[in-house]
Amino acid sequence: MHMADALVSPAVGGVMWAVSAGAVAYSSARLRKDTDERRVPLMGVMGAFLFAAQMINFSIPGTGSSGHLGGGLLLAILLGPHAALLAITGVLIVQALFFADGGLLALGCNIFNMGVIPAFLVYPLVYKKLAGQRPAGTRLSFAVIVSAVVTLQLGPFAVVLETLFSGLSALPFTTFLLLMQPVHLAIGLVEGVVTAAIVSFVYLARPELMHAGLQSALPVAYPLRNLVVGFLCAAILTGGVVSLVASNNPDGLEWAITRVAGTAELKAPDNRLHSWLAGLQETVSFLPDYAFKHPAVAEAQAPASRAAETAGTSLAGLVGVMITLLLLMLGGALLKRVRATA
Amino acid sequence: MSHHIVAADRLSFSYPDGTAALRSVSFCIHHGESVALIGANGAGKSTLLQQLNGCLTPSSGEVRIGDFPVTPRTLQEVRRTVGMVFQDPDDQLFMPTVFDDIAFGPLNRGVAPGDIEAQVAAALQAVGVGHLAGKPPYRLSCGEKKRVAIATVLAMDPAILVMDEPTAGLDPFSRREVIKLLKNFSHTRIITSHDLDMVAEVCDRVIVMHGGEIRADGTAEEIFADTELLAGCRLEPPFSMQACVVCGRRGVTAC
Amino acid sequence: MLDFRQLDQLAVRDTRIHRLDARAKVLVVLIFIVTVVSFGRYELSAMVPFFLFPVAVVVLADLPAGFVARKVALVIPFAAAIGIFNPLFDREIQLYLGPFAVSGGWLSCASIVLRATLTVTAAVILVAVTGFTAVCEALERLGMPHPLAVQLLFMHRYLFVLADAAARASRARELRACGTRGMGMGPFASMAGHLLLKSWERAERIHMAMLARGFQGTFHLQRGSGFGLPELSFLVSWTALFMILRFTNIPLSIGHAVTAFFNAGRLMP
Repeated sequence: MHMADALVSPAVGGVMWAVSAGAVAYSSARLRKDTDERRVPLMGVMGAFLFAAQMINFSIPGTGSSGHLGGGLLLAILLGPHAALLAITGVLIVQALFFADGGLLALGCNIFNMGVIPAFLVYPLVYKKLAGQRPAGTRLSFAVIVSAVVTLQLGPFAVVLETLFSGLSALPFTTFLLLMQPVHLAIGLVEGVVTAAIVSFVYLARPELMHAGLQSALPVAYPLRNLVVGFLCAAILTGGVVSLVASNNPDGLEWAITRVAGTAELKAPDNRLHSWLAGLQETVSFLPDYAFKHPAVAEAQAPASRAAETAGTSLAGLVGVMITLLLLMLGGALLKRVRATA
Repeated sequence: MSHHIVAADRLSFSYPDGTAALRSVSFCIHHGESVALIGANGAGKSTLLQQLNGCLTPSSGEVRIGDFPVTPRTLQEVRRTVGMVFQDPDDQLFMPTVFDDIAFGPLNRGVAPGDIEAQVAAALQAVGVGHLAGKPPYRLSCGEKKRVAIATVLAMDPAILVMDEPTAGLDPFSRREVIKLLKNFSHTRIITSHDLDMVAEVCDRVIVMHGGEIRADGTAEEIFADTELLAGCRLEPPFSMQACVVCGRRGVTAC
Repeated sequence: MLDFRQLDQLAVRDTRIHRLDARAKVLVVLIFIVTVVSFGRYELSAMVPFFLFPVAVVVLADLPAGFVARKVALVIPFAAAIGIFNPLFDREIQLYLGPFAVSGGWLSCASIVLRATLTVTAAVILVAVTGFTAVCEALERLGMPHPLAVQLLFMHRYLFVLADAAARASRARELRACGTRGMGMGPFASMAGHLLLKSWERAERIHMAMLARGFQGTFHLQRGSGFGLPELSFLVSWTALFMILRFTNIPLSIGHAVTAFFNAGRLMP
């Protein structure tokens, strides 16, 4: 699930770097206030453990393929979200530097997909809710499996979105989505089962690690401010993407208007909205055949290299839908948080 | 000022799961003594060592280091005085380079960065690993790691050196180097070991433990001559004091 | 894993590049990567001159070229696997190479592979001339949070120990596996659980060792080196070169000049 440098545009990479850097800085600040000194060696060693464990492959029954442990969720359960994020970030940095797993530009995306999502989204919102105060037995396993599946749906979806917004791959959005999500459903189940087994193992051997491990030193709930920051980042992302797309719009819109109204000029103000909507509809109707670079749109723009860099207008509708979904998710979480504190 | 006496008074300790590791242990070790703690695995040697620098707190009884009883409030002072070398040097060498590891203690003590170099150099010199200063720990051999671990503790200038199995896992040459080192120290030395030949060379006094209790406390000669006591504690006399392994005759070094 | 140690070993050599302050090297590599990645998706020829940087560093820092090339070569199949979809979906012909029509998809695929090669080479070179710990410390001085820097150093320190432990456990299982291919999920979970607990216990012992040497919460990583004129000139000159290469296309210019020359030649009687 590592994103590669090659698929990330500087804009997307930059934004994700900012988001991840912000999350890491936030976690670092929280950890600094933590007085549990065990944390320092524990985080380091657990990071090394994750790295080592990822090098061991196991075979998945039924299929012929092999898999390896993701581990983000496992670390979040044992160390708490902030320590887990730093540990995962450490592993990803080393993988990017030494093993060319991903890349340095895509690092921001990877930290977000594989660190922030399990530690800040899935762990508090899914795992904690399902596992309750003193997780044990089947309830624990269930919580872990569900959390793993959710993590491994959100992560790959984020990958698809990041690739989409970057515009460097000619893979159509729907195809990519259909490739990623079902496969990762299976991977998520496997990860969930394996993580649940490890967690149960640890629980049997040293139950005090489960309940009084590092996490009790820091409260799990994250403040409203964090969600607002997340919202702002999404807004920046939205703005960046929309402006990127909007820079094409005049041309594409003109083209659409020409097609619809038969003239490039807009007749009257009250027709403008109509034309614009009609134009939008035209573009949306191209969705099934959609590709990043719509040949017709490319013609309207010159030179070919510029067309290649910016996304086609038929992207706009889809982008709008995806962004709305993202905002809805965050908005929902925000609302939940507000109600919880009320 | 009681010249850095290490004393235990009816010290008892049980682990959280109920295992009684130490039962009413009492002894008194004076400044400059070289004492060995021997016993079978599980006799309580490592547990006792960890009481000496406050890593574990007694369930009952007391440990005194010099003037201080070992309590949470006196931990900093105790750790200044008692330098502990762990069994696994990998646990003790956690900084990026050997230099950093040796400087770790003094830096924590507040030694000025300008004076650090000198202290580190002195510690490196004392154990003979000056050439390893810039190396990362994972590239050291076992013997080198053990010596560097000792250096990290020496740099803090302790009065009492506590060492858990200093010669375990070493090849004969490295072992000989460590023995030479130990014989040259003037600190109070408290050593646990299964290497009874090393103990015979380095230590004057031996304390035998079994089942969390002290079974015997005397000079090395006395203890090693008492084969019944040793057998009762799952031990044997040092190989150099046993019969020749080839021909079975006692007191023969080559046959 | 062996690569790790080899890279670290390369980092302790003594050349002018090695002696530069780590921050200069980290900055130059970051600028390099950002510049390379900022190229448009169909750009190919303009990126080629960027190989000048890794080649120059390999030469000046006396690095084993074969070793670096091998590390980088490992990456290429992965990049190709990602880019290979492009030719399937982007079929619009962008240019003609003699009689061959090259679609946009192939161009962007090649661009992806080239990009990946350049960025990975840069990263490998950075670690080979700086060393992992120095890179971490440089990053911290450039603004990375302290807890993260400490995390990286600790993790790096115990990586080898734990990787060895994992390898031993894996091998032990293999020896008793009697030819059954692959490890099932059950044995893996158990093995990982053991490894985890042993690691946790090791961490507790390390913690005790730290306390025994007076640790009270802060790490002191002292490094001398300053950022002086050599570093500044290194930074400025490479950045300037990258900017020039980014906004001009030297191979294209050379190509034009050469073809124009031949055309002119043909025109002459």
